[in-house]
Amino acid sequence: MAVTVKDVEHIAKLARLEFSNEEKQEFTHQLNEILAYVGQLNKLDTSNVEPLSHVVELNNVFREDEVKQGLTAEEALQNAPSKSERFFKVPKVISE
Amino acid sequence: MRTYDSIVADLQSGVTSCEGITREYLAAAERGKGLNALLAVFPERALEQARSVDKKLSAGTAGPLAGMVMTVKDVICQKGEKVTCGSKILENFVSPYDATVVERLRSADAILLGKTNMDEFAMGSSTENSAFGRVKLPQDESRVPGGSSGGSAVAVKAGISTTSLGSDTGGSIRQPAAFTGVVGLKPTYGRVSRFGLVAFASSFDSIGPFALTTKDAARVLGVIAGYDPADSTSVNVPVPDYGASLNKEVKGLRVGIPGEYFTDALDSEIRAAIERRLDVLRSNGAVIREVSLPHTEYTIATYYILATAEASSNLARYDGARYGFRAGGVKDLTEMYVQSRSKGFGPEVKRRIMLGTYVLSAGYYDAYYRKGQKVRRLIQNDFIEAFKNVDCLITPTTPSTSFKAGEKSNDPLQMYLSDVFTTSANLAGIPGISIPCGTDQQGLPIGLQILGKQFDEATILRVADFLETIH
Repeated sequence: MAVTVKDVEHIAKLARLEFSNEEKQEFTHQLNEILAYVGQLNKLDTSNVEPLSHVVELNNVFREDEVKQGLTAEEALQNAPSKSERFFKVPKVISE
Repeated sequence: MRTYDSIVADLQSGVTSCEGITREYLAAAERGKGLNALLAVFPERALEQARSVDKKLSAGTAGPLAGMVMTVKDVICQKGEKVTCGSKILENFVSPYDATVVERLRSADAILLGKTNMDEFAMGSSTENSAFGRVKLPQDESRVPGGSSGGSAVAVKAGISTTSLGSDTGGSIRQPAAFTGVVGLKPTYGRVSRFGLVAFASSFDSIGPFALTTKDAARVLGVIAGYDPADSTSVNVPVPDYGASLNKEVKGLRVGIPGEYFTDALDSEIRAAIERRLDVLRSNGAVIREVSLPHTEYTIATYYILATAEASSNLARYDGARYGFRAGGVKDLTEMYVQSRSKGFGPEVKRRIMLGTYVLSAGYYDAYYRKGQKVRRLIQNDFIEAFKNVDCLITPTTPSTSFKAGEKSNDPLQMYLSDVFTTSANLAGIPGISIPCGTDQQGLPIGLQILGKQFDEATILRVADFLETIH
């Protein structure tokens, strides 16, 4: 199940990352090496094991649905790279 | 370099004030600049806070950490200050709120001096991955202090702050504590609120203290521990008085030694140092027992599948739209995402996002992610079984002492393997502490790790304090 440069391009697209050809080669090599290492888990028979997603036994945590003061629009926008009035501003989404 | 006890003594005798102590530390921060341990120092804010604590001290209303000067890893939010996570993508991000731990430290009258350098997004084991330059080991500047909380470890070792807060996802507190020769404590998952901690791998991340002594680590834990409604994964169990665990005997205490952590790959000097401490415990009446954690060899593989999967999801939020770095000159929204992320993240972060995206992608989810979750259960069960017969476990913290800068930076897998003894605690959600355990022939610190049952920090603090006091 070796990873190819094409796979790396596909994953990069999913992760919204872009790489040079040289970086793609390097990632392909490193990912293969890491995946070969993690492949050792296949030595274990886990067919009857329940997956563990949370280490501490917690049931659903609920709280009252109350109105509380959160960040103001001004505070929420203070780190915006670009803004307009009370909105985040981004490049055009719909082409003409 | 001073402990909190010495600060308290000086404050009580009137030799100095909180303001005076804060000035001492500010001077130490200035002298230690070359170590690159700090990303930000707040002289005015710290001095102002010190003066207000001085007033509280004279009024008799000061909190339990009055006059303790602290630094905080730059992955924890402090209102009105930058939180960069050691990344270019958050270089100019100013936090609009305080993390719960910061709020608690401030209410306890700890003085917040600055933010510490770290591997970008806490991903690394050497603090070489910071976008703002590597942190140097004070004992030998050509070497690494471990990571990812290398800045916090060095700040404490170099006397730049009395204690420091770090975060530990796979060993990021304990491993740098071992490399630099200080105490580093990773509490039980859920013991300390993560509200205001920038997420790396949410089911693994824990905040904990660095200190020169176990006593100081216990003091900080006592303040930051406890349920927080703002973090639904924080657990509502009582927080004991950790100070009461100190100065205790170890007679009758059952200490487990997992054979899997003492293989031939372990450095012989580290092995000998740990064994000397075990002899001390034995001669003081502790019962040392061999135990087995049979799935130990799978911990690194399991950790890197699950932690990178969680990281790839958590780091999807850095898209250049609402905050953080945005690449200029882009023609549409997708290009803004791609360019902002590609230019904003460093190589190790990209590598982990790629690995995490791969293991979560269609067709591989069951083979990797699901499989990893199942093996995580087996690893946790190993600990549950072991703790039926022992009160704590003792292991080395790391398989080797500090390495040279650059030595492992081109070999990610070798770097990952330096966490081989620490990731298990995060996989199982149990607490662990690393304490200094002498030095090797090169004078480099060795770390001894004590692991405990979930929510039983008291026992590992008791053992750590005993070993520290006896030496």
